[in-house]
Amino acid sequence: MVKKESKKKEVSKKLSASNSSGSWAFPLKDVVSAINITYDDYIRTLTPRLKLVDQFLVFLVVLGILQFIYVLLIGNFPFNAFLGGFISCVGQFVLTVSLRLQYNLDTTNTSEEEIASKDTDSDSIAKTEELSGSESKLTSQVTPERAFGDYIFASLILHFTVYHFIN
Amino acid sequence: MVTSKPQEKLFGVRVETIRSLLRVIIFISIAGAAISSRLFSVIRYESIIHEFDPWFNFRATKYLVTHSFYDFLNWFDDRTWYPLGRVTGGTLYPGLMVTSGVIWHILREKLALPVDIRNICVMLAPAFSGLTAIATYFLTKEMKDSNAGLLAAIFMGIAPGYISRSVAGSYDNEAISITLLMATFYFWIKAMKLGSIYFATLTALFYFYMVSAWGGYVFITNIIPLHVFVLLIMGRYSHRLYTAYSTWYALGTLASMQIPFVGFLPIRSNDHMAALGVFGLLQLFSFGFYVKSKVTGKQFRNFLVFSSIFVSFLGVSALFALTALGWIAPWTGRFYSLWDTNYAKIHIPIIASVSEHQPTAWPAFFFDTNMLIWLFPAGVYLCFQELRDEHVFIIIYSVLGSYFAGVMVRLMLTLTPIICVSAAIALSKMFDVYMNLVDVLKSNGEDNSEETGSGKKSKAKRPSTNDKLFSIVSKLAVLLSFAFYLVYFVLHCTWVTSNAYSSPSVVLASRGPDGSSSIIDDYREAYYWLRMNTPEDAKVMAWWDYGYQIGGMADRTTLVDNNTWNNTHIATVGKAMCSSEEVAYDILKKHDVDYVLVIFGGLLGYSGDDLNKFLWMVRISEGIWPEEVHERDFFSDKGLYKVDGEASKTMKDSLMYKMSYYRFTDLFGGRDGIDRVRNQAIPLSQSPKLNVLDEAFTTQNWLVRIYKVKDLDNVGRDLHSATKFDESANDMKRKRIIKKPALDLRE
Repeated sequence: MVKKESKKKEVSKKLSASNSSGSWAFPLKDVVSAINITYDDYIRTLTPRLKLVDQFLVFLVVLGILQFIYVLLIGNFPFNAFLGGFISCVGQFVLTVSLRLQYNLDTTNTSEEEIASKDTDSDSIAKTEELSGSESKLTSQVTPERAFGDYIFASLILHFTVYHFIN
Repeated sequence: MVTSKPQEKLFGVRVETIRSLLRVIIFISIAGAAISSRLFSVIRYESIIHEFDPWFNFRATKYLVTHSFYDFLNWFDDRTWYPLGRVTGGTLYPGLMVTSGVIWHILREKLALPVDIRNICVMLAPAFSGLTAIATYFLTKEMKDSNAGLLAAIFMGIAPGYISRSVAGSYDNEAISITLLMATFYFWIKAMKLGSIYFATLTALFYFYMVSAWGGYVFITNIIPLHVFVLLIMGRYSHRLYTAYSTWYALGTLASMQIPFVGFLPIRSNDHMAALGVFGLLQLFSFGFYVKSKVTGKQFRNFLVFSSIFVSFLGVSALFALTALGWIAPWTGRFYSLWDTNYAKIHIPIIASVSEHQPTAWPAFFFDTNMLIWLFPAGVYLCFQELRDEHVFIIIYSVLGSYFAGVMVRLMLTLTPIICVSAAIALSKMFDVYMNLVDVLKSNGEDNSEETGSGKKSKAKRPSTNDKLFSIVSKLAVLLSFAFYLVYFVLHCTWVTSNAYSSPSVVLASRGPDGSSSIIDDYREAYYWLRMNTPEDAKVMAWWDYGYQIGGMADRTTLVDNNTWNNTHIATVGKAMCSSEEVAYDILKKHDVDYVLVIFGGLLGYSGDDLNKFLWMVRISEGIWPEEVHERDFFSDKGLYKVDGEASKTMKDSLMYKMSYYRFTDLFGGRDGIDRVRNQAIPLSQSPKLNVLDEAFTTQNWLVRIYKVKDLDNVGRDLHSATKFDESANDMKRKRIIKKPALDLRE
């Protein structure tokens, strides 16, 4: 059901996109440039702390993919062991992303506002901007130390259950 | 009681201190009200486990406290589902038993209070209802303010819709799981609001507790993703949402797989796929958001189109492929019956035969929630007006809850909390507006003083004074009428609780013609007889409703019980009950049955007896043996369900009919017997004869009748001729002796 909805949305988007740009080669170039810009920007805003976090994220992704390949090649006999390993990767990944988001909040907020001020035609962006404004007010109470403490707490519970799960 | 607001005065103490003190006092009194209103059943009857399912939970708890925890998880029960047995440890939700086991150990070892485990089981539901009220307070406080929270707490404490499942003695999974439901929702709202990993982890922990306690956890598994999904569609993505949901899903899913009964379901069954889908969607959204913050609008749009086509194609094809490969189980029958109310009736008679799976009747809503049911839409409307993220949650919950409550009676339970919360929001909003007498009085007083100061000459001011007066009067009228409603609500709740929901249904109360009340204790009489007079490994066959009670009270092996995991086995019992003696004897012997137990309410006028459930037995066994059992054969020629002279031959030959009416006419001294449930006469001439069973015991009011299955004949005759020979030998001289049960044994 979820997929269907997103598909519907995407169809309507496609219509508007094809209206704005005639051919298909054009958007593809756009996509590539979008990725490039994002990458450049990412490199630009990287701090040592974030770099450490990101290296950890990449490590987790690689670990997860390795486990998945193992299952595809050799079989999933101790299924709960595989699940435990895989979910611990995924869980640690989302936890770390959450941590990164909380660290990184100020910079994204400012850049978001910049972008939002650029195109004012869609009201949804204005709304999200409004929301992210209130969000920064709320999460400014979450100091990096507090965020890290929460992160440790959640990770401990995650790994305790994983440990229990794989016996 | 609830609306007592501290005055903004300082009695030498800070207002906040007074306020929190008052709040604590109010909490204590709410918890007191919630607990005490659930004690009717203990006061009227005794401290006893109610109904059917609680007897199993009680038996499992006793097993837990007498064995180790690992024994409990690996428990293979060979005393039920004879001869199959049941892997009990792997097929139950252990949360309830573990909770009471832990409480028992703490009381015994830490506090040196040796309490009987039965009393803990009886009192667990009321104690947890107090906690539910507090959890509801916090949830509603997140929605509006603490005034609404207090109102919601007291509503939750005494609303009959919740009391129906949590009176003292109804030791069922729902007793603790509603508390956990409210706590999970509270932490979810909190996590979503603050974007805190800490609260999301707490949500996951309470979710785990909920999974361990009740199959209804699927409700949470679907409502939280739905909430997130709706927020995404509304364009309300935020990093807080990402943090809260991802943390909850990753931890909660992993934790829920620790319960043996749930196992790998969270990644295998379709019921849980929505949560996974939203989890994936959220990852994409967060990535998209990141990209969006870097590039211009048009580029982003193209990027979005490209990636969303790719991803949705991948996702849909993966879902189809996995379902086709059989990795993901298709929807279960109970799930279908939620959407199509006729599904169960057609395909799974065993689900339809349970009375609490029937659709809810309209008056039940009013009966269970009284005034809250018409405040409920108002509260939802107020949520629409404000429409913060958490209000979306209330709206989704109320829509889903109303639908499910309409489909199944027992799901009224999940609707009740949200009714309480939104009714409290509506009522407290109204009080906010109308309680504001202070301003009016103050300005009015000033007006009056001005008036007296300036004399009576100004007539222009009169109308404004009148306006003030009118506004005061109207406010007072509204407030008083609502005060009346609230008082009436409390009265209604008390009345409903004491009259409708406090009966243990193991012990029945009746009133004689002179108004004197008497207790009918036939069930326990029969079970006690079984416990004392039959060998310990005797197998008792009864309809599945009584399986848990026989296991719990009589401690004898049963063929089928309320777990209903094996439809064929139940159908076998149904077939034995509805076929003729020869066929039935074969089945009984093959299953080593020693005793057969039937419930017969014909003498007492107890309508929930086996003859009234008989058609379900026929239907269920017809589902397995369509060529041997036909429902039509059990109706009279006119198509009516008759037990009197017009009853069909198949009906009269069926074992159930014979066991129910065997020697029934003897009670009426040479006249026709009158069945008081069905209001039909059993003709004396057609009094059934039993050849393969011996009557072993019949209780005082004939409510429970127990028969012993005869052994094969010593000299190889078939049992018909043997019985005939015995009868002629005895020359029909045997007299029936109705013994009074030795009641003093029990006391």
